[in-house]
This record gives sequence, structure tokens and C-alpha cells, in this order.
Amino acid sequence: MQLVLEKRAERSNTIALVSPLIAIGLTIVTMTILFAILGKNPLLALHAYFVAPLTDGYSLQEIAVKATPLVMIAIGLSLCYLANAWNIGAEGQFLIGAVAGSWVAVKTQGTDAGAWVLPAMLVLAAAAGALYALIPAICKVKFGASEILTSLMLVYVADLFLDYLVRGPWRDPHGFNFPTTAEFDPVATVPLLIEGGRLHLGSIIALLVVAVAAILLGRTIKGFEIRVVGAAPRAARFGGFNANQLIILTFAVSGALAGLAGIIEVAGPVGHLQPGISPGYGFTAIIVAFLGRLNPLGILIAGLFLALTFIGGEQAQIAMKIPLDVTKVFQGILLFYVLACDSLILYRFKVVFPNRQVARGTH
Amino acid sequence: MQAHQRMLDPTPNGLHSGESPLLQTLGLTKRYGDFLANDSIDIDIWPKEIHALLGENGAGKSTLVKAIYGLIQPSAGEIRWQGQPIVLSGPSEARSRGIGMVFQHFSLFDNLTVAENVALGLDGKESFKDMSARLEQVSKTYGLPLDPRREVWQLSVGERQRIEIVRALMQDPKFLILDEPTAVLTPQEADQLFIVLERLKAEGRAVLYISHKLEEVKRLCDTATILRGGKKVETCNPRLETAASLARMMVGGEIKEVKAPAGRKTTVPRLVVNDLSLAPGEAHGVRLEHISFELKGGEILGIAGVAGNGQDELFAALSGERLSKDPGTVVIEGIAAGHLSITQRRKLGAAFVPEERLGHGTAPRMKLSENALLTGHAASGMVNHGFIDTAATLKTVDRATETFDVRKAKRDPEAASLSGGNLQKFIVGREILRNPAVLVVSQPTWGVDAGAAAVIRQALLDLATAGAAVLVTSQDLDELAEIADRIAVMFHGRLSAPLATSEATREKLGLLMGGSSLEPKEAAHAIGA
Repeated sequence: MQLVLEKRAERSNTIALVSPLIAIGLTIVTMTILFAILGKNPLLALHAYFVAPLTDGYSLQEIAVKATPLVMIAIGLSLCYLANAWNIGAEGQFLIGAVAGSWVAVKTQGTDAGAWVLPAMLVLAAAAGALYALIPAICKVKFGASEILTSLMLVYVADLFLDYLVRGPWRDPHGFNFPTTAEFDPVATVPLLIEGGRLHLGSIIALLVVAVAAILLGRTIKGFEIRVVGAAPRAARFGGFNANQLIILTFAVSGALAGLAGIIEVAGPVGHLQPGISPGYGFTAIIVAFLGRLNPLGILIAGLFLALTFIGGEQAQIAMKIPLDVTKVFQGILLFYVLACDSLILYRFKVVFPNRQVARGTH
Repeated sequence: MQAHQRMLDPTPNGLHSGESPLLQTLGLTKRYGDFLANDSIDIDIWPKEIHALLGENGAGKSTLVKAIYGLIQPSAGEIRWQGQPIVLSGPSEARSRGIGMVFQHFSLFDNLTVAENVALGLDGKESFKDMSARLEQVSKTYGLPLDPRREVWQLSVGERQRIEIVRALMQDPKFLILDEPTAVLTPQEADQLFIVLERLKAEGRAVLYISHKLEEVKRLCDTATILRGGKKVETCNPRLETAASLARMMVGGEIKEVKAPAGRKTTVPRLVVNDLSLAPGEAHGVRLEHISFELKGGEILGIAGVAGNGQDELFAALSGERLSKDPGTVVIEGIAAGHLSITQRRKLGAAFVPEERLGHGTAPRMKLSENALLTGHAASGMVNHGFIDTAATLKTVDRATETFDVRKAKRDPEAASLSGGNLQKFIVGREILRNPAVLVVSQPTWGVDAGAAAVIRQALLDLATAGAAVLVTSQDLDELAEIADRIAVMFHGRLSAPLATSEATREKLGLLMGGSSLEPKEAAHAIGA
């Protein structure tokens, strides 16, 4: 008896919906074993990860706050991935967006600049993120350079650039030499939705982005173009769609969304520019995009789920001294299972018994 | 009971009494899920026999042959080799027992030499030098000339096939399987191949010859086994049958004859190509050289030629998937279009049907409605201010389904789930429903069942009657003879002057397909121009 993968005649929509759930299930099983090996009570650990954060209002708000950048970035990435353009550098675009937006905040600090500051920050951040993403896109289109490598390498450039700014020219003179800018003025801050809470306007923007992406992909010819270029490049060319233009466009859009997420994070929950503004949102968003099946609604749900793991990870660290890195292990294992389960959309398992045609000949 | 019947069956030429067949399948069955690709097939192959395996696409020919060659394991039934039941672990075991196979799609490395390619296919115990010498000797013995040192990309399709045949012969097979070997050959090359096969037969070998060209089978084969829908229909002597009776057995009924509607008139030129030359877009591609022709409304121009002589490149240049620097090289409806994109050409009234159904003509994993949008977004009112009119795309699917009898499991399935013939009817229908002024279609009935092929050819004739200019590229000379008004031949990126179909004999076309010219003086003049 052996197990073989057999191609399905048509993609299975059921499995397409269920596969992320299977992946989550398998991840939880794996994590249970991992917790046991670490000598922690798996049930308590899983409770700390997945249940505890859902039981108090503060954590719930915090999940939405963490999900905001994840969802925004992942929506942009999903457009790239659908079009077969592999932007791995959203983390860098996020940081550059944060830097560019912060420039306005830093330069207007303490002046009587008006309500235009925050919109200007948002626009500038989106533009900077887009431009930064265009570097690998143009290298890909013009020179055939692998966008996977170039976009990834630019993450470190952005990271060090931000580091330089907050340790050098933009450092808060009254900040006791900490590498950070001064707290942004109120006009340079993303407004909160609930006074005294954590939820901010960025979450609304993220929801809008989800809605626009859903309409774009489901209803418009541009969305169709994105899907067909990725799914069948030669047919797309036959349809009159230009794959290179689409690489440029999707990179620009995803860079803009990552940049926007960056400045919203800085001007919102963080309140100033400093190193470590991102716990790897740009990379985690890759998982969000795939876990969400590159579908806007799926991404919204996946973003909330991964935000939960961030919060849960913190709680598990506090309550059970489980290292925070376990969260990253968790996310890595999850991506692994998601990609593995996806093969079941086009293939199915079949049990095959070894051939016995000689033994049961027809006469 | 089947076994009983088989024993009563006299073998068609009545020569084999008392011996056992070289190869025999008994109740051979192959099941894919719920689908029976081969349903209890009995076939006997004798030494000194050229045995035809006939059937439409999807009849189960490939499955049967793959089982005999050890590529797949049958679900039930057995294979006997010289009277003994065998289980083949794979092709290498089949080869070591003396079963050879030449596939329709060659497995050759373009950048390696002939000898290197052959060496890769052999279970190399001899030195490369000895092998090369033997290669030259085998190719000489059988009249299959090959230069072992040439790289494969430099060779014609016919020469590539020779490599595959010589490679199979170097293993000294008792039984050789050939899958549609003449599909890629000129009539003259096919004749040469028949001589080789006759010789193999005279040497006492057996040949299993897969084909759907019935005249060829009648000429060459001693026995024919006909498959339909995975079952064996009949084993007969093809020489005692007519092409029509063989076709009936293959199809299981009469094939609708294609009729050229009366009252077809040619009008103004709708597609004009002026001295089109284009460098190949990829390595080992074909350079188009000085191609010119004029196609009027109401006319069907056929382009014949062995695959790989620039037909794909010409299609890309006409469709706008590749652009020409000189706008005047391609003129659609009187407008210079050489520099225009495929979308702009569609807006001028052109429509295109490429050879590859899946992956080129359609996105395989997308629904039919989305595939209607693929070519319809340019000029068919399917898009409103950037938004897709889903109802309009579905309507196209429904109309194509109704007009061209597209059979499918549900209203709007994925393209890949349709059979070849039904998908091709959809693709052709999708374009014809746009009422094109010019239709450029490549291999319209390649790998399509006879019923669907008749529907498609009729549709092309009707479209021309309605006033469109139709350009059909095909390797099937019978198809071109059936529908085209004039036939031109492509060879090495050049296009011959078109012949009126009535004057285009197989011999003439064959010569042109092999690169000879009919009138040497005129050809010399053309090259000088």
C-alpha cells in the first residue's frame, strides 16, 4: 500500500477554504509537541497563546492594532504574489515609509503647523514606500535581476538608514542619548478611535484597503489582469496584458501600502521614530498573505490570527517564561504547513495498492 | 468469454497458427479514479507485422501503449511477452526485453549533439566512441542519415525523429512502438519512413503504429486494432476496409461532412502582410524572412508546413504578441498595424486562435467566463469603466456553448476541465462570436475528436462566407484541402507563393515543405529581392 498524489480535474474550492484551517491545526499539534519538549505544559501554553488574549478588552484592542500593519502590508503583497512578482522586502518599504513620514513630523516639531501635517506624512510615506519598492521592480524588468534577492537586501539598507537617522541627525536632544526622535506633536499623530484606548484610525484605513482590494480583484479588469498574469503568463500576453508593467504597478502599490503602514505605526501606537518599530511586520505579512489565500477577506482574518500570536507570545513569555522567539517558530511552521496544504487544492491523496495483475489474470 | 472469442478469431492474415504472439495483452484495464482509460483490452502482436492502433483522441491509445512500454502499471489484466506473463517495472525493463518506443514528443536536449543525445538514452556499457560508430552504422543500414556530431537545435523535425528512431533501433528491439510518427513529416519524409518500417518488418520485428491517418494505415499496416472510449472495437485487416469504414469504427457513427456554403464571394483585402521579416525572439527560434501575402474577405488561406518552420513566429507577428518596427508589414482592414499591440489589433477587428489551447489560448485554471474576458475585454463590451460586466462574459459562454455545442459539466467550469475538442470549440466560438473581420487560427483541430473537428471547420467556412478573411495554419494537409481556397507553405521562415487548392497536390506541397522550390528561377529571383 502506498500513498500517491493525484491531480484533480478541477481545483477544489472546499479545500481552498479548509486548507488554512488544516494548516493551523497541524501547526497547533506541532507546537504542542514543541511545548512539551521545552518542558512547559502544552495546554497552559496554548491557552496563553490563543485563548487568554481574547478574554480582555485591552488585548482585543491590541490584536486589532497589531493586525493593522499586517493586513495593510499583506494586501499589497497579495497583489504582487498573484501577479507572480515576488516582493519579499515589505519590511524595508515599511521602514522607509516610516522614515519619510517622520521627516515631516520632525521638521514641523514645535512649530504651529496645522492639520495638514498628518495627511502630508501619510502621502509622503506611501510615495517613499512605492519608490523604494520600484528599485527591485525596475531592476527586475530592465536587467532581469531577481526581485526576491534585491527586495530582501534593501530591507537591511532601510533598517540601517533608520538607525543612522535616529542615532544622528534626528535624535531627540532631550532624550538622554536614547536612539529616538522626540515624541511627535499631536497634529503629527494618528488619532485614537476610543479615548484612552489603543485602537486608532489606522485600523479603519486597513479595512478600507481590504474593501478596495476586494473590489479591485473581484470586479475590475485590472484585478483580472493581475490574476491572469500570475496564473497563466502566456495566456495573459495573448490577452494583451503586459507582465512587466504589472510588476512595476504591483510593486509600487505594495510598497505604498507598506510605507503607509510604517508611518501609521510610528505616528500611532509608537508615537516617535526609533529602531525596532517593527517586530518583523513586513515578513510576517508574507505569512498573512498566504494564510489568507491571497484573498482580501482571507487576509483580514489571517492578519487578526497572526496578531493574536504576537499578543499570545507576549503573554506566554510573561506568564510561562516561554521565549518570544517561539512566536517566530510558530509563524514559520505555520507558513510551512500552509504551503504544504495548498497542494491539496490541485491534488488529492490516494491510497494505491501494489499491482497484482498477474495473480488475478482474467482466466 | 472474451478469451474464447479471441481464440476463435482467425488472425487477419492467417499466418500464425500454432505460434504464440510476440506480445499480447489480456483484459488489460487501466483505471484513473472513476475513469476507465482502458477497458479490458485484448491485443495480439505478431512478429513480422505492422499493427496499427487507431482511435480518436482520448480513445485510450496512449494509455495502452504506456502500459506496454512499462510507463504505467495496468489496474487489471496482463501482458504476455513471447507467451510468458510479464510485469514491467519501467521502460528500461521494457527496453531490455526488446520493446522500443518512439514518442510523438521528442525527448532531446537541444544543445547536445546527436551522439550525446543517443548516449543519454542508452544504458551505456560501451565507450562513447564505439557507440558513435554503431550509431553511424545503424543510421546507414536503415537509410536514416544522421551526423552524430551536429547539435540537435540545428536539425529539422524529421531529423530529430530520426534520432529517436535510431536510438530505439540501436537497442535491437523485437518490437517497436511509434506514436503518430508522420504527424511532423512531409509526405516524402513519411514515404522514407515507411520504407524503414517495411524493412524492420522484413527483419522479423513487429511494429505498433499509432495513427489517425487512415490512408497511411491502409497502405502500410497488416492489422489494425481500433479503440473507442477505452474499449477495443475491432481488429481487422485495414486493406480490406475503406477509409470511411475505419473512420466509422473510430468515431462510432457517421462523421458530418463539412460543406462549403454556396455564394462565397471574395471582397477587399482585409489582411495584408508586406515583406515581413522578424528576428527570432528566443534562442533557436526561427527568423521570419520576407513574408508577403494578401488575404481578401471571404477567403481562406491555408499555411502548410512541418512544425517549427516559423509558423509560431508568424502567428506571434500577426497577433501582435511580437511587434514589428515597421507598421506597414502587417495591415489589418487597411490600417498599418505592425507596431500595434494585440489589443489594438483586436479593436481593428482581428481575432486569433493559437495552437496551444491550455496556457496560451486560455488560462487553464480560470473559468470559461474569465477566459471569454481574456480576449473579449478589448472590444466586446465586457468592461464598463474598468469594471467587469460578469453577465456579458457569461452570456458569451452561453452563446458559444449553444452555437458550437460545447459540452461541459456545468455552466461555467474551469477551462482545464473541458476535453480538448470542447475547449477548442469554445475558443474558436469565443472569437467567431466577436464577428471578426480577420481570423488568424493556428492548428484549429489539433488533437480534437472528429466530431468537434467537423464543427470547427464548418465554422471557419461559414465565417469566410460571412465575409471575413481567414488564415489557417495547419500541419494536416487534408484539413487544408478541405477548407482552404489557396495554400502556401512555410519553410525555414519563408512563405511560398500560395497555390490554388485545386492545384496543390500532395507532391507539390511535399516538395515545398521539404524546402524544394517548384520553379527554380522564380525562387532564385525571390531570394535576390
